[in-house]
Amino acid sequence: MLNYQSAPLDLAFQALADPTRRLMVERLSQGPASVSELAQPLDMTLSAVVQHLAVLEASGLVRSQKVGRVRTCRIEPQVLHSAERWISERRASWERRLDRLGAFLVETDPAIKPRSKK
Amino acid sequence: MTERSTKHATFTIERTFSAPPSRVFAAYADAKSKARWFGGPEDWEKSNLKLDFKVGGRESVSGGPPEGPIHYYNAIYQDIVPDERIVLTYELHLDKTRISVSLGTTEFKPLGSGTRLLYTEQAVFLDGYDDAGLREQGTRGLFDNLARSLEMQ
Amino acid sequence: MTDRNAKHATFTIERVYPATPARVFKAWADKEAKTAWAYCHAEWPVSDHVFDFREGGREHLVTGPRGGTRHVFDAVFLDIVPDQRIVYAYDMHLDRRRISVSLATIELFAVAGGTRLVLTEQGVFLDGYDDIEGREEGTKIGLDNLGRAFADQRAA
Repeated sequence: MLNYQSAPLDLAFQALADPTRRLMVERLSQGPASVSELAQPLDMTLSAVVQHLAVLEASGLVRSQKVGRVRTCRIEPQVLHSAERWISERRASWERRLDRLGAFLVETDPAIKPRSKK
Repeated sequence: MTERSTKHATFTIERTFSAPPSRVFAAYADAKSKARWFGGPEDWEKSNLKLDFKVGGRESVSGGPPEGPIHYYNAIYQDIVPDERIVLTYELHLDKTRISVSLGTTEFKPLGSGTRLLYTEQAVFLDGYDDAGLREQGTRGLFDNLARSLEMQ
Repeated sequence: MTDRNAKHATFTIERVYPATPARVFKAWADKEAKTAWAYCHAEWPVSDHVFDFREGGREHLVTGPRGGTRHVFDAVFLDIVPDQRIVYAYDMHLDRRRISVSLATIELFAVAGGTRLVLTEQGVFLDGYDDIEGREEGTKIGLDNLGRAFADQRAA
C-alpha cells in the first residue's frame, strides 16, 4: 500500500518498481492512450490495469481525463520539480552505468574463453 | 586485509545572527576573520589557519590537546556565491589516519536586518570512527564562537 | 538576487558482480577500463579527459549530446583504499552553470561468487537546472531513464 505522505520521488520510484507500470509509462511516453489501448498488450484483467493506473496517478507521473466513455491517460511532464529531477537523473545515471560496468566485467573476464569467430 | 567500513550521516544546523548576510559571509571570507572563530578548544595547541577563499582554493588548520593526537582539517572550496552560499568538501585526519570526508553547505539568508544561517553537513565517517554526534556538537560550538566574534566587531 | 536554494539528497545503490574485488577496482582505477562504462551515455562523445587516479588527484571530462548542452564533470579523489574503497568529490556543470556538488563513496566487499559493490551518493543540488534549454526533453529523457533503469536493474 502506498504511503501518501511520501516525498514525490519515493512515490515515483515505488510506482515504477512494478514491470507492468513501467510498460505503461513507456507506452505513454510515446503519446497519450486510452485505458483500453494501454490494457491491450497486457495479459491481465481490465480492473488490474485500472489499479496500476491508479498507482501511477497517485505518484503524479500520469494523469487521466474522462471524456464521454473514454478515459485518456498521458504522462505528466511537470510533476518532478527540478531538484527531484536532478536526483532521479543522478540515480538513473548511476543505475545505467553500473549496468554497463557489469557488462564490461563479463566481457573482460579472463576466465571466459573467447568464442571462435563464425 | 584490514576490514573497512563507512557510515554516512547528514545533519543540519540553523542559527540566526543580528548581523546582515554580508557581515556573516565576511567572517568566512579571509583567513584572519575566519581564524577568530573557526578552530578547536582554547586549550589546544593550534597551527595558523591557511585560507585561499576561491572556488578550487584550499583551507587548512590543525590542532590538538597537548600530548594528544593532532587533528588536521583540509578543505577544498567547491562553490561560492558572495553573501549567499559556500559549498566545500573537507577531510579530517587524526594524526595520519583519515577519519572522515564531508560535504558542507552554508547558506546565508536575510532575516529582517539580520541573517538566518543554514549549515548542512553530509559526512562519510571512515573505518569505525565512532562519531556519536560529536561532529554536530563541535560544529554547534563553532557557531557559538562565530556569534561571539560578530558581536565583538 | 536570484532565489537560491540548495537541496540535499543521499541514496545508495548495491550490485553484486561475478568478478573479484581487484577486477572491479581496476575498472574504476584504470582510465581505459573506466572509459568503457563510466560516462553518462554510451552514445555521447567524451572529450578533454584528464584522469589522475590517486589521493588528491583529479578527473575532468566534458560530454553531452552532439550539438547540445555541455556536461562538465570535475572530480577530486579524496580517499583510496586499493580493492576496497574510493571516496571522491565531484561537481557537474551544465554549460557554464554548476548544478550540483556531490560526494561519492564506492565500497567493494568480497562475497561468495564475486564482489558486492555499494555506491553511496551524497549530493547538494544547486539552482539553475530549470534554466537549461531542452529541459522538457530532459524530463522525458529522465522519465525514460527512470523506467529503463528499473527495468534493467540487476538484482543485488
